Amino acid sequence: METPPPGTAAVSGWLGQAWAVLHKDLLTEIRVAAASTAVGMFALVTLAVVSYAVGSAPLDPVVEASLLWIVLFFSSSVGLSRTFVKEEETKTAIALRLTASPSVVLGGKLAFNCVLMLLLAILLVPLFLILMAVPVRSPLLFLVVLTVGLIGLAGGSTIIAAIIAKAKVKAPLFGALIFPVLMPLLLLLVQSTTHTFEGSSWSQVSSYLLGLVGFAGAMITVSFLLFDVVWES
Amino acid sequence: MIHLIVDSLSKRYGTRQVLSDLSFEAHAGRVLVITGPNGIGKSTLLRCLAGLERLSGGKASWLEKGVEWDAAAKRRRLGFLSPEMILYEELTGLENLRFFARLRGLPPDERVLRALLERVGLDGRREDPVGNYSSGMQQRLKWAFALQGEPQALVLDEPGITLDSDGFQLSGELVYESRERGTIVIVATNDTREIELGDGRVILG
Repeated sequence: METPPPGTAAVSGWLGQAWAVLHKDLLTEIRVAAASTAVGMFALVTLAVVSYAVGSAPLDPVVEASLLWIVLFFSSSVGLSRTFVKEEETKTAIALRLTASPSVVLGGKLAFNCVLMLLLAILLVPLFLILMAVPVRSPLLFLVVLTVGLIGLAGGSTIIAAIIAKAKVKAPLFGALIFPVLMPLLLLLVQSTTHTFEGSSWSQVSSYLLGLVGFAGAMITVSFLLFDVVWES
Repeated sequence: MIHLIVDSLSKRYGTRQVLSDLSFEAHAGRVLVITGPNGIGKSTLLRCLAGLERLSGGKASWLEKGVEWDAAAKRRRLGFLSPEMILYEELTGLENLRFFARLRGLPPDERVLRALLERVGLDGRREDPVGNYSSGMQQRLKWAFALQGEPQALVLDEPGITLDSDGFQLSGELVYESRERGTIVIVATNDTREIELGDGRVILG
């Protein structure tokens, strides 16, 4: 067992260290706004194009749900990989490797991507619902599906970002890996979101919801299991 | 007392053998200098010693009272400085040190952080973003990063690079101070002034 050196009475735990990584990333993002600008601009442009193309034509709920998650998925793909890619490109990853355990780094980066996804959803989802005139007949259920979906997207994107961060050709590799990994999640999200637009009850959506929670949970668990190898290789 | 044993260390990238069957030891309160021509693997060796690279063969063990440091012990007790490493340019010097102190599990004592910045001559610029620092100032901040938590081992790759004459002198003083404190200091350099800091030498190539 490792004993802490003298004078480290206020040794912070895992959560405190992961919070430090999240705080650093938020501070950096506030000052540079690299990822949030990329994600926000892509989301707004995509949404504008989609709403212009669709116009006032009535759409099937499944099409509306598909469009919503397509916009969210591609917008997140633009920005979420930045969290690890930037560390490698600016050579700050060395100092991070020297001072933080891999799980702390992943925890902080995952939390940062969740925050970024949450901000993206706050910006995008109300605009999407208004511009596309989508009625959400089960709003509480919709919020639950949205939240689990965003966490799942952030979880999948974070570990793929870590895997591709050291590659020479990053963006194509990210696209090639993220799509098959998140495909089952996206299919579940489209199905469950369709139900929330149609006004289905909790019991009708419960199997989809369980699938979503299971997939997001499995994605994050596997990420923590794999990350030591990914980060230190 | 801390003790480094490098035994038959090898490092290969694909088919390219960079380090082969390297063995040496280093002891507390001693400065070991690694020299050799450019591209021979000095920086690679230092990354291996700091745990930043997986070895292809052999072993590099930091032993304290006969017990080998684990990864967590290395993170807290080993200081590292290298031209390949950059600190966060969007953060100030003080914010950088505060961040790394928290990651290392050190108490976030502002007086300690400021004293460290003062020691490397940066206290007056502590609130400036690192992106606004000159290369010499960034090197001084890397020195402060390496010295955080009074490490028992210091692994330094060209510690005097980009420093002016005052900074270079400071770099030498910090090496000697660390040695006096009982730290193992490993310095990779080809600068004759830095080679003279060593109590022993490993020549690669």
